[in-house]
Amino acid sequence: MIALEKRPTPSRAWTVLTPLVAVLATMVAGGLMFAALGKDPFEAIRTIFYDPLFNAQFASYSRPQLLVKAGPLILIAIGLSLGFRAGVWNIGAEGQYIMGALCGAGVGLALYPSDSVLLFPAMVIAGAFGGWAWAMIPAILKTRFNTNEILVSLLLVYVAEQFLASAALGVMRNPEGGGFPGSRNFQQWPAAANPELIAGTGMHWGVVAAFVAVIAAYVLLAKHMLGFQIRLAGTAPRAARFAGVNPARLVVICLGLSGALAGAAGLFEVTGPAGQVSIDFGSGYGFTAIIVAFLGRLHPVGILLAGLLMALTYIGGELAQFMLGIPAAAIQAFQGMLLFFLLAVDVLSNYRIRFGRRRIA
Amino acid sequence: MKTLTTLLAGAALAAGLVLPAAAQDDPLKVGFVYVGPVGDGGWTYEHNQGRLAVEAHFSDTVETVYQESVPEGADAERVLTQMALSGADLIFTTSFGYMDPTINVAQRFPDVKFEHATGYKTADNVATYSARFYEGRTVQGHIAGKMTESNIIGYIGSYPIPEVIRGINAAFIAARKANPDVEFRVVWANTWFDPAKEADAATALIEQGADVILQHTDSTAPLAAAEKAGGVIGFGQASDMAEYKPSPRVSSIIDNWSPYYIDRVQAVMDGTWESHQVWQGIREGMVQIGEITDAVPEDVANEARALMDAIASGDYHPFTGPINRQDGSVWLAEGETADDGTLLGMDFYVEGLTGTIPN
Repeated sequence: MIALEKRPTPSRAWTVLTPLVAVLATMVAGGLMFAALGKDPFEAIRTIFYDPLFNAQFASYSRPQLLVKAGPLILIAIGLSLGFRAGVWNIGAEGQYIMGALCGAGVGLALYPSDSVLLFPAMVIAGAFGGWAWAMIPAILKTRFNTNEILVSLLLVYVAEQFLASAALGVMRNPEGGGFPGSRNFQQWPAAANPELIAGTGMHWGVVAAFVAVIAAYVLLAKHMLGFQIRLAGTAPRAARFAGVNPARLVVICLGLSGALAGAAGLFEVTGPAGQVSIDFGSGYGFTAIIVAFLGRLHPVGILLAGLLMALTYIGGELAQFMLGIPAAAIQAFQGMLLFFLLAVDVLSNYRIRFGRRRIA
Repeated sequence: MKTLTTLLAGAALAAGLVLPAAAQDDPLKVGFVYVGPVGDGGWTYEHNQGRLAVEAHFSDTVETVYQESVPEGADAERVLTQMALSGADLIFTTSFGYMDPTINVAQRFPDVKFEHATGYKTADNVATYSARFYEGRTVQGHIAGKMTESNIIGYIGSYPIPEVIRGINAAFIAARKANPDVEFRVVWANTWFDPAKEADAATALIEQGADVILQHTDSTAPLAAAEKAGGVIGFGQASDMAEYKPSPRVSSIIDNWSPYYIDRVQAVMDGTWESHQVWQGIREGMVQIGEITDAVPEDVANEARALMDAIASGDYHPFTGPINRQDGSVWLAEGETADDGTLLGMDFYVEGLTGTIPN
């Protein structure tokens, strides 16, 4: 007889250990899946987790790419984690990411072909503003009319995707692009580009912003009154109210912050790695960031590591696909396992496993 | 599928026994980048058939690798770079949206040859290739015009790029010739492969009264939706989609890439590979029309075949004047045919089509 017994407080040790256990369990279960597909499981796991970092042939390229892929994930996830901690569920970061990219790119394209040094900073501010404004819709609807921010923010993603398609085909279409959809390429316009800052490192302004956000979030949560309020509102909403926390204000701040960070991430991406506003610019970073936030236990340092791990499974997964001929769907299943095991193992931090019959007092 | 693998393995074995010397050299490594999964049953499936044909033809002198479901954009650039780093000598990038990534990566790997499908940018080591799918659309449009009873034909567009607009125009011109009362309803899915979205689009069109569905997206979902609705026909897109025979799939456009792929791999082996822009149609066999089933009356099927032959022989050009633009201005005068330049950049509807191209 196995029984689960709730711990009085979550186990600290298990809170730290569960992500590692989940990664190990994913490797085992994923390895079995790869074996069932007729591939060498050890080679597959090595290709996914080891080759992007240390393989002589690929590492010099894929290591910097890790930062490129992880940067937006971390930046968005940091913003989301603040809200999640306070019990404010912003599921629509993907929409805020898109709207940020559109706003920032719009400001840039409106000033084409300016070469002012202020252009890029202005675009970054516009990008953050775009994401913030898009997040204000669910925030105001929630504080004014008590609507559900999960539904509103999620559905606004699809609205944002329509705006994106319309912009790529209409107002932002490159007039010199021969009628094809997509805006001018920012990479070829130095004043508006977000290039690699040091060649061969993958570092661009978005990655820098992600690192700054990690530190800022850490300080905020550990030292600042607002951080205290966020933590309190999440763990004990009633106590928070007695302590003078204004729940409406917290909703506006959390959604606003996460929206602004997602919007900035969108701007860094559109002016950097993506290069242009195109119909399928939104590549799911806003949704993946939710996984990253939880994988990182909603802790800034955890999110930093989780973002890098997630990026590793993407880049390693791509390598495994064409080096070993593993289907794309199997790689996605592998990533899905990671989240599944994390949530499953999570039980251990809140519950104790007891073998044998439970004694009745 | 299993028999195919066995056959290929057998062929490889046989060739290996006959040509033991060939195995000594490093095999030529050929990469393929796909926009959808190889099991999409349409566009990507046919490109993968081309890859398998290359493997079968060259056996162990060629090694192929592929990556499926690669998003168009920043991810594509990374995938291409990694493929080039892994030692690929020739890489086929099989979707329009890989154009800029292909050019960017090609600059960094001057010794690797790239072949980009359906694009228009070339370089010393980047060639482009595409098929004149619009020729197949003409045949399809004729059948559609003859078969519709509601006189409403639904068309699922992917992205509003010239290739797709050209297909809509070609199908519409042929359908109007076959049936002057015919009307087109176009839905833009803004995706190449998304079975759920494609099925939604098909269902919406059917609810608007369409009894023929044409598609420029890659999955079989629209045909499944047509089958479910009943009394609606459609066509295989990019691949035969034979599992929906004899109806709703009454015919198909098949993209046959195998001869081209084998040709280009051979050219790299011989050291004769050069950048070019290739656009082949029914005549060269890059575009094929799949079997016209019994669901189509014999006379209509015969007309469609005659049309196909006329296009193949060059007697008939799908864009032959008089054709006006949608706004009524003259595009092609009586007897005039469209030049390739205009067709490649086509960004307008012809007269009679309703709705606007999104912009």
